[in-house]
Amino acid sequence: MNSVYSLLPEQASTVAGQVDAIYLFLVAISVFFTLLLAGLVLVFGIKYRRREGAPAPERPHEDSSLELIGGGILLVLVLVLFGWGAKVFFHSTRPPADAMEILVTGKQWMWKLQHPQGKREINTLHIPAGRPIQLTMTSEDVIHSFFIPAFRVKQDVLPGRYTRLWFEATKPGKYRLFCTEYCGTEHSMMGGWVNVLTPADYERWLVDSGGAAVASETPVQAGERLFTQLGCQTCHNPGSGQLGPHLAGVYGHTVKLADGTEVVADDEYLRESILNSQAKIVAGFQPVMPVFKGIVNEDQLLQLIAYIKSLSGGASN
Amino acid sequence: MSAADTQLAAGDPPKHYLNNGLTIRSWLLSVDHKRIAILYLISLTIFFLLGGAAAALFRMDLVTPEADVLQSETYNKLFTMHGIVMIFFFLVPSIPAVMGNFLVPVMIGAKDVAFPRLNLLSWYVFMTGGLIALGAIIMGGVDTGWTFYTPYSSMYANSHVILAVAGAFIAGFSSIMTGLNFIVTIQKMRAPGLTWFRLPLFIWAMYATSLVVILGTPVVAITLVMIFVERFFGFGIFDPALGGDPVLFQHLFWFYSHPAVYIMILPSMGVVSEIISCFSRRRLYGYTFVAFSSLAIAVIGFFVWGHHMFVSSQSVYAGLVFSFLTFFVAIPTAIKMLNWVMTMYKGSVSFETPMLYAYGFLGLFVIGGLTGLFLSTMATDIHLHDTYFVVAHFHYVMVGGGVMGFLGALHFWWPKIIGKLYPEGWAKFAAIVIFIGFNLTFMPQFQMGYHGMPRRYHTYAEEFQVFHVMSTAGATVLGAGYLIMAAYLFWSLFKGKKASANPWDARGLEWETASPPPTENFLETPKVTQDAYAYDMPSVTCPPGAKSEAERV
Amino acid sequence: MSSHSNAHVAHHFENAEQQRQSAQLGMWIFLVTEVMFFGGLFAAYTIYRSLYPEAWVVGSHLLSIKLGGFNTAVLLASSLTMAMAVHAAQTDKQKASANWIILTMLLGFVFLGVKVVEYAGKIDHHLVPGPHFFVDPMAELAKLEAAGIQVGQHLRHAFEGANPNHIQLFYSLYFAMTGMHAVHMIIGAGIMLWLLVNTRKGVYSSQYFNPVEVSGLYWHFVDIVWIFLFPMLYLIGRH
Ligand code: HEA
Ligand code: HEA
Ligand code: HEC
Ligand code: CUA
Ligand SMILES: [Cu+2]
Repeated sequence: MNSVYSLLPEQASTVAGQVDAIYLFLVAISVFFTLLLAGLVLVFGIKYRRREGAPAPERPHEDSSLELIGGGILLVLVLVLFGWGAKVFFHSTRPPADAMEILVTGKQWMWKLQHPQGKREINTLHIPAGRPIQLTMTSEDVIHSFFIPAFRVKQDVLPGRYTRLWFEATKPGKYRLFCTEYCGTEHSMMGGWVNVLTPADYERWLVDSGGAAVASETPVQAGERLFTQLGCQTCHNPGSGQLGPHLAGVYGHTVKLADGTEVVADDEYLRESILNSQAKIVAGFQPVMPVFKGIVNEDQLLQLIAYIKSLSGGASN
Repeated sequence: MSAADTQLAAGDPPKHYLNNGLTIRSWLLSVDHKRIAILYLISLTIFFLLGGAAAALFRMDLVTPEADVLQSETYNKLFTMHGIVMIFFFLVPSIPAVMGNFLVPVMIGAKDVAFPRLNLLSWYVFMTGGLIALGAIIMGGVDTGWTFYTPYSSMYANSHVILAVAGAFIAGFSSIMTGLNFIVTIQKMRAPGLTWFRLPLFIWAMYATSLVVILGTPVVAITLVMIFVERFFGFGIFDPALGGDPVLFQHLFWFYSHPAVYIMILPSMGVVSEIISCFSRRRLYGYTFVAFSSLAIAVIGFFVWGHHMFVSSQSVYAGLVFSFLTFFVAIPTAIKMLNWVMTMYKGSVSFETPMLYAYGFLGLFVIGGLTGLFLSTMATDIHLHDTYFVVAHFHYVMVGGGVMGFLGALHFWWPKIIGKLYPEGWAKFAAIVIFIGFNLTFMPQFQMGYHGMPRRYHTYAEEFQVFHVMSTAGATVLGAGYLIMAAYLFWSLFKGKKASANPWDARGLEWETASPPPTENFLETPKVTQDAYAYDMPSVTCPPGAKSEAERV
Repeated sequence: MSSHSNAHVAHHFENAEQQRQSAQLGMWIFLVTEVMFFGGLFAAYTIYRSLYPEAWVVGSHLLSIKLGGFNTAVLLASSLTMAMAVHAAQTDKQKASANWIILTMLLGFVFLGVKVVEYAGKIDHHLVPGPHFFVDPMAELAKLEAAGIQVGQHLRHAFEGANPNHIQLFYSLYFAMTGMHAVHMIIGAGIMLWLLVNTRKGVYSSQYFNPVEVSGLYWHFVDIVWIFLFPMLYLIGRH
């Protein structure tokens, strides 16, 4: 694996090499011109440094030939850059027709992904290597941006509109996924991993936790799993714990709300807090919790509530 | 007989703008362009320290990947404040409002700018905008980033966006007033004999900058108004729920903010032209080219804004045009580099502090400019957009180019403005510290940017830590350099040696009047008979062949 | 050699001609910034109009062409009176100049008054963007038909196809554009007041009338903006 000290980061997609080739060309140009310039000013500075009693330098001739020649050379150079860059750009923005489509929804501050087979995941994307993948993306709130450095791809994700991104991963592994459009408080936490699997592993992964495995879990276990999968623990984990209230010991107790009133945290309250967190805001917190209406279905909601109850010791039901 | 000589001959204590009335009132109500320049200098210094302090704080936090010193919200507010303050309240006004205000009338042999009261008003407007923006910070801050992207800024951010927007909006009018003043002053008030092609290149740069200001600033003003009505009245102009287009905001924003980068760099280029010519004792190589290329950059610069939006979902074909034109404007800039280098060729080069800053400018701006090419190449920008590579690019051009030019100007004209010399040894030392600190801060950011470190990240992946630590260390050195500079400049105000009218043996009308200049700049209107940079001719105020004053110190 | 004899030449100008040219150039440059300022709004208008033509048709049908047309006439008249004021000031008829200025100011107020009536109507009809915005294109179509207006095939399609949200967008721009214009009118009225006071004090003469002249430029410019706004908002999209 390439480390951050090597010139190039890991190349894990089909376009990565093409982008890196341009990058290396640009680095070469830059080093050349920087050294040329530094060399010239140093040499001139030393060679023509001021000397006692020397005659005043002559004024330069006013003709533009040097500028025109220089400009001509640079024009050729930038035309090459432009053409090459545009070619790779075209390639990396046009998904092939047979690409596998994955749906992506960005929201403050998580990525929701859904596979063609219906399987959903959050902040982690499993894909097969060697197959073109097309992401169809939208946002529920502000602009986000989907960025996988190892693939050299990035695309903004806009509310009220679909944008597309495609890539073909070349080798199995775990690669970072970032949100690169500033989207509010937890922008820097809105990321995760892309897990590239071999096609066989991917098939196995698809069926794996989908059917039998879930059924064998208790509601509390399933709730706990959801709690992690849905990203609840990013805000409600006692460790990170600044953003959302700790949930241990909430159930059955009175909760102070921001508007001064109090409520008893019963099942209905938890349900409302999860589905539409903006309805009742806990005193001392910002109304930043995402609305989970439409994300968690009734089954999952029950499991989540069961899990939260279990945190208070008195595991009912 | 020049004005300065007349004055010296008269023998009585010279009366100039600094000692002509000492009350606060006489400063705050002065319409003398030189006093207004000083007012701006003081205010901008404060804003720079504020913006720098914000950077110091968040750089401290970035030493570790986790959030330790700051909370995410605070972090976001700090970089937003850093960006807004540094751009709208420091770098955009810097050279024009301080150096331009002081020098434009003097360099063209006028008694003042065309509209002195408008000039004073511009400072008050600027301060009003600044105080409103500071108010937004004190009341709890703004966390939108300096780019105010919708719909986050207009509907989601729960912070004082309206105040910050109002502050930037109002400050925009002060830019417009200054730009308008310069255009009219330069066009209508040049001394007899001072034709367009005898103007110093600094004046050309100011003229080009002013053009950009008056064409661009109103557009960002109306854009900010649209955010304002959206947030304040609930009108949806960019609201996607109504079918509004948040990307339209980006277009309007960058339509100003790209040209704004030329507002920040053209003045520095003007300064560098003056300095290199003076310290090479040679007329600038390719005067006409440099003069016109400023205008060309100013005009073509209006058609490249879309290069900030290659991954924003704008059409691929629009992207192609913007990418192409971006390369196209890079060429005149590149050739200016050639002109500066060729000026030194067969010159008579010496290395006083302003020249060190000019060298710093060349070395850093070339890196900033070349990395701009990485970003205008569409394929690489997809990967680099919104990473630290971009952060490094714009600090290299804005700090390495813009701020270096400003500091060069400050040192070059300090004796003229204040009438005192600063300690040359300390100044050289600080210049070198700043140069080293700067590179240490921002060079590592290129590498982490290419490796995928996104910008505006409070917490980050642990593999980037080494670079962040280097960067913070560099920022400390850089800050120390600035503080040393502040210290000796302040010291020189009181203890500095008296400067003569022309300490560098430079050419140009500003050096033909006393240091500091008398109230109406010249005791009698000068007549110009020479080209600019006539270093092969004897200066009016300094005998030929005499060593520059700083060298003798 | 500098002609300080003329009391109206500020200390930093060489002579009256330089001062006059500077004032004029300054005002022209200011007007360029104004063009760019309104240009941002015009750009937004153009883009949304091309995206949502139906909504624009409906939006402009709900504006009162009578009030808008009347206001256009008022402003054109005020440009004329302004020109007269400048002319009178240049030819040393300060009394007449003052009267023309008063008339210009009054016309400006008539314009603003009509604008208030229009805005009030929009408020009544819930056409102000925001939570209370409500528009039912089909009901509006029925109203048009009830009023005996010939509704062509084109128009019917527009009303049927228009999305109320997009109509709201139209009104956001309508208020932003006419609102900014009204702000300029109010500033213009303030300038007229200042001119009036100075004219009465006898500040201006055939030797010195720069402020009247450049204020005239400003006033004409604000009129011209309206000459663009009126067809863009009220007329295009009719029939
Ligand atoms: C002073 C300010 C300044 C200046 C002068 C420039 C100059 C340039 N900038 Fe930069 N830029 C910014 C300030 C500036 N920029 C800022 C603030 C941002 C980010 C804003 C934000 O998102 O917050 C930005 C972002 C930015 C982007 C968007 C990146 C992204 O967000 O994805 C791009 C893309 O094209 C770009 C390109 C360029 C180019 C090509 C130049 C050129 O003009 C440079 C020309 C100079 C040279 C080329 C060097 C000298 C040349 C030679 C020695 C010879 C060799 C030359 C050739 C081979 C051509 N800049
Ligand atoms: C003119 C413009 C300008 C200038 C001069 C600077 C100067 C500096 N900038 Fe700035 N920067 C921007 C314009 C500028 N920046 C912009 C526009 C952004 C984008 C914002 C956004 O994303 O919206 C940005 C973003 C930005 C980032 C990215 C943040 C992020 O994306 O998360 C970083 C990170 O290192 C940074 C660092 C610095 C540093 C170390 C300096 C140093 O040069 C500063 C050195 C100065 C000092 C250190 C001050 C000296 C004073 C003291 C030492 C007093 C100390 C007092 C206390 C500490 C209380 N800047
Ligand atoms: C982005 C941060 C965030 C995420 C993710 C999040 N929450 Fe919350 N949550 C909050 C905040 C902040 C509050 C308090 C303010 C409020 O009521 O909206 C809260 C409140 C609650 C409450 C009410 C707690 C009380 O003390 O009354 C419950 C229950 C809850 N969340 C459950 C969940 C569950 C279940 C999930 C995952 C499906 C989740 N949260 C995900 C931030 C978050
Ligand atoms: Cu989502 Cu940043
Ligand atoms: Cu740009």
